[in-house]
Amino acid sequence: MIHTWSIARLSRALAGRELSAVEAARAWLDRIDRLNGRLNAFITVDPAKTLSQAREADARIARGEGGALTGVPIAHKDLFCARGWLTTCGSKMLSGFVSPYDAHVIEQFDRAGAVILGKTNMDEFAMGSSNENSFFGAVKNPWDERAVPGGSSGGSAAAVAALLAPGATGTDTGGSIRQPASHTGVCGLRPTYGRVSRYGMVAFASSLDQGGPLARSAEDLALMLAVMAGFDARDSTCVDRPREDYAGALNRGVKGLRIGLPREYFTADLASDVRAPIEAAIAALRGAGAEVVEVSLPNQHLSVPVYYVLAPAEASSNLSRYDGVRYGHRAAEYADLNDMYAKSRAQGFGREVKRRIMIGTYVLSHGYYDAYYLQAQRLRRLIANDFTEAFKRCDLIMGPASPTVAFDLGAHTKDPVQMYLDDLYTIPINLAGLPGMSIPCGFGAGGRPVGLQIVGNYFDEARMLSAAHAFQQVTDWHTKTPPAFGAVSR
Amino acid sequence: MLSHDEVLRIARLARIEVGERDIEALRAELNGILGLIDQMRSVDTTGIEPMSHPQADAQRLREDRVSEPDQRDRFQAIAPSVEDGLYLVPKVID
Repeated sequence: MIHTWSIARLSRALAGRELSAVEAARAWLDRIDRLNGRLNAFITVDPAKTLSQAREADARIARGEGGALTGVPIAHKDLFCARGWLTTCGSKMLSGFVSPYDAHVIEQFDRAGAVILGKTNMDEFAMGSSNENSFFGAVKNPWDERAVPGGSSGGSAAAVAALLAPGATGTDTGGSIRQPASHTGVCGLRPTYGRVSRYGMVAFASSLDQGGPLARSAEDLALMLAVMAGFDARDSTCVDRPREDYAGALNRGVKGLRIGLPREYFTADLASDVRAPIEAAIAALRGAGAEVVEVSLPNQHLSVPVYYVLAPAEASSNLSRYDGVRYGHRAAEYADLNDMYAKSRAQGFGREVKRRIMIGTYVLSHGYYDAYYLQAQRLRRLIANDFTEAFKRCDLIMGPASPTVAFDLGAHTKDPVQMYLDDLYTIPINLAGLPGMSIPCGFGAGGRPVGLQIVGNYFDEARMLSAAHAFQQVTDWHTKTPPAFGAVSR
Repeated sequence: MLSHDEVLRIARLARIEVGERDIEALRAELNGILGLIDQMRSVDTTGIEPMSHPQADAQRLREDRVSEPDQRDRFQAIAPSVEDGLYLVPKVID
């Protein structure tokens, strides 16, 4: 039952030569082969490439040169460019794009000796909260195949939840790691903006995008983040700052830790079946020695409107590169150059992506810039300042990651605005540039998972991970797996 | 609220072709999103410094030297249409 192992356990077994990297890769490739058809979590699986990397990892371990992740198979969200791999970003526009280079994150995993298990499904260009906006079809939630897995890193979250991968990468622009982690009962961490290089991550909104890990425990996230975090001069906003010893800090405990609960996160917007597990989780942390204080984020309600100015504005600029000239889809027939652009983009982009490009184009257009874009940037400052004030009174902020459990497939496809409002607890963190994570803390209506959101101050990932680890020492929610996809043993 | 013609103007600026029969549905969706966004327009933000991104103080400059190797062949291998090392597009100037 290798597929039930955590990354930490697998790492020990590989180092101790109890099993080979090839055997490990085969265990998860076999799971994907048998079960991915039900979930649609992967866009690309290439066993020959995966096994060849696994053989290299075995040779490295045999030479005594292995590290913590050498031989560990990791699935990657299909917006991390990986040389020689199809990198589609969930879009028809890039459905034939074989990347000629590696993202920094991919290079880092490669240096560590990790193995690429496959590329996971996602909302097109990471725009969505349900993974229904993928050119390659929706992903299903392993806990209930009628439900969405969340998005946009829905394939990565579903793959980890269903034991099709021990860990996966994701990106989080407005909640795209934390919300699917919450909806599928896995752990997901969005690091501080600038902690992980964005080089080779297909860009959506550059001032908000940040890559991070998804796995089944805080310990596994710590092992993955240690590989992903690091300075890279090719990302101009990547911060040159030593990373902390995330795994070494796990056992710090929560004694004396001050947890801030924002009153704006516990209003009528929060469904009662989500509120109860969140409150029980806070009580468990209090029982382990943490203190609780109430804090306030008075501008939190402006976050969703501000985000839907800034993210589309940045997207309209970033996605202007898809012109059918250098790479990506080109229309078969057109009258002239402008017509080629307009037809290629009309055919290559899905509906949600077009909507956001057009909103972004509008708010940046002549005569509207001050009223929309500049106003949103000013409010962004106020939202970030709220957190600065709150962190004077507490060490970590906690609350729900999402106001409800996972909704049904198709529930919000008619009304994009309703879908946007679901991200009200995750978006403020992106605007401020803070690190945030979601860890499983129970179940709500229909037996669908609930995630506890933990928000840290800038570059305080080690403290967040140690609090999550402390929680996972006194509870067992993170060990639960979807009944239809097998049990975890540790 | 965006008019029919404004939707067409935005689509033209964004270089996205929109069919005549899709405009009404698109107009309703875009106006729904602008309705959400409008909640932030009435807040008084006089004197507040705009925040462009979270690491605004950390912008670096690099040395002015060649850092990229020539990878033209590899990059052009994935282009829709190339010839003699050039990207081909429809004729722009007669």
